[in-house]
Amino acid sequence: MKPKNTSRKTHTILWWMFLPCAIYYFIFDYIPMTGLIISFKDYSISKGILGSEWVGFKHFAALFSGPDFATALRNTLIISVIKIILGFFAPVVFAIMLNEVRMMFLSRGMQIISLLPHLFSWVILASIFRLIFSTNGPANELLFLIGLENPIGWLSDDIWFLTVIIVTDVWKGLGIGAIIYLASIAAIPVQLYETAEIDGANRFQQIRYITIPHLVPTMVVLLILSLGGFLSAGFDQIYNMYNPLVYDVADIIDTYVLRMLTSLNFEIATAAGMFKSVVALILIVTSNYVARRLTGNEQGLY
Amino acid sequence: MKRRSFGSRLFDAAIVIVLLLISFTMIYPLIFCFVLSISGDGHASQGGFFLLPQSWDLTAYKAVFSKAYLGTGLINSVLRVIISVPISVFFTALCAYPLSRKEMRYRTPAFFFVLFTMLFSGGMVPIYLLYQNIGLLDNRLIYVLQGMISAFNVILVKNYFQHIPESMHEAAEMDGASEWYIFFRIYLPLSVPILATIAVFQTIFHWNAWFDAMIYMTTDSKVVMQTFLQRIVIQFEWQYLRDAYVGLAPEAIKAATVVITVVPILLVFPFVQKYFSKGIMLGSLKE
Repeated sequence: MKPKNTSRKTHTILWWMFLPCAIYYFIFDYIPMTGLIISFKDYSISKGILGSEWVGFKHFAALFSGPDFATALRNTLIISVIKIILGFFAPVVFAIMLNEVRMMFLSRGMQIISLLPHLFSWVILASIFRLIFSTNGPANELLFLIGLENPIGWLSDDIWFLTVIIVTDVWKGLGIGAIIYLASIAAIPVQLYETAEIDGANRFQQIRYITIPHLVPTMVVLLILSLGGFLSAGFDQIYNMYNPLVYDVADIIDTYVLRMLTSLNFEIATAAGMFKSVVALILIVTSNYVARRLTGNEQGLY
Repeated sequence: MKRRSFGSRLFDAAIVIVLLLISFTMIYPLIFCFVLSISGDGHASQGGFFLLPQSWDLTAYKAVFSKAYLGTGLINSVLRVIISVPISVFFTALCAYPLSRKEMRYRTPAFFFVLFTMLFSGGMVPIYLLYQNIGLLDNRLIYVLQGMISAFNVILVKNYFQHIPESMHEAAEMDGASEWYIFFRIYLPLSVPILATIAVFQTIFHWNAWFDAMIYMTTDSKVVMQTFLQRIVIQFEWQYLRDAYVGLAPEAIKAATVVITVVPILLVFPFVQKYFSKGIMLGSLKE
């Protein structure tokens, strides 16, 4: 009966190893989850979370009937949908283009450079972009050179602000997003291209009929998984790049939550945050289920 | 090799030009900031592309360093990375090891317990109140605890551990090695590539974190560099610096602060390009 004994001992040791992490997650993730009940209570600091009075869905009703949250929700959806779509296609196109470059050092060099923006926080990038897109900054200087006399208010005009937010976000994720596609492309047998060339296929046809079909499974999975970020329009970026002139289009759920928190509206802030978390959970679970079904349990987040 | 057609060459040229332009946009912000930061007042406020330095004026750096908390900000950031990253990597591996072992009973629920933290979160307010209740507000411990064990990293390491041949484990067990011994002396040394990848992820995370210091820290001397940058550039604190150095362009002050924040993370870049591709591929491997 020795083996059974050993395995019991092993089992205990393994749980001892897991214990520190379990405690960590319990305190820093699961306790805050229980804190979500604040949104169903009138929180009073003196009574604490548990002692405060239950008020049902009062705060949710206030949240959804107020104008600010509706605006924030609309802005979040607009920004995140465009970001998800463009942020999905851009790395594919970028990877395919890099792969078409014949000079290896050039291709490799440009791929390395494309990882650069990923190193920087949005605080750093926003600081730089605020200078580049300022009234007399390089962006307007360039327009001036090509003959446009009037400077554009890149960060103060609603439409231009959204454009800058979206383009810079796609730009930041270009290199890191292309990595996985470049790896998939590298796995395509060279013979396929050789055969196609003998058959007279031109470069576009080779991309269209060989490269892209090989990337489609990866693309489908990544697209579905990106849906989990549906209600995250990019807090770090927007908080550091917006200004009062564009609040109408730039206020998103996360900036709304922070504003409620700093004005001590704990219940409303929690309710808004909970709405976001619940929607994200539903989307991730559903999209992961779909990804697994589509790929026969091959791919998915978990 | 047959001569390639004119169309094919044109196609090549077009792609290279577009890619070079994209690459340029990725390097240009850094050049711009550097050149702007060393431009004297006259140049800096005039605007322009700042591609080539026209002067060598370090007044902006002197102004930024004159701000009392810049030095502490840099030290706090460096210490944060040096202390937090090894702790994070160790506990991530320690969490992943049991989850990778079939002998662990109730492994699936334990894994789900970890995974769920990636799918759902209590959000900003409950976390803030928790920190308040357990005395973590304005406490540097936050820098270690934030993102210490990320579920995403645990999954990466667990997948990697599961690719280590089971025979290694069996042989060690046969020789009487305990699970602790096997973890420390066999699994950790064999997993250096994935642990390095996670160390790089965590270094970038900790160096770039600014929000935690902004809302949880109230003492200026505990604030990290990124938050300091955020104050100067985004919240317009440069005005105070400018007053101390009459005739200094705000643009140059902002750019100098950016350069000071960017340089340390650029030192990590060689590791990033070495481990990023690898790490992302390793993580997507499945059993």
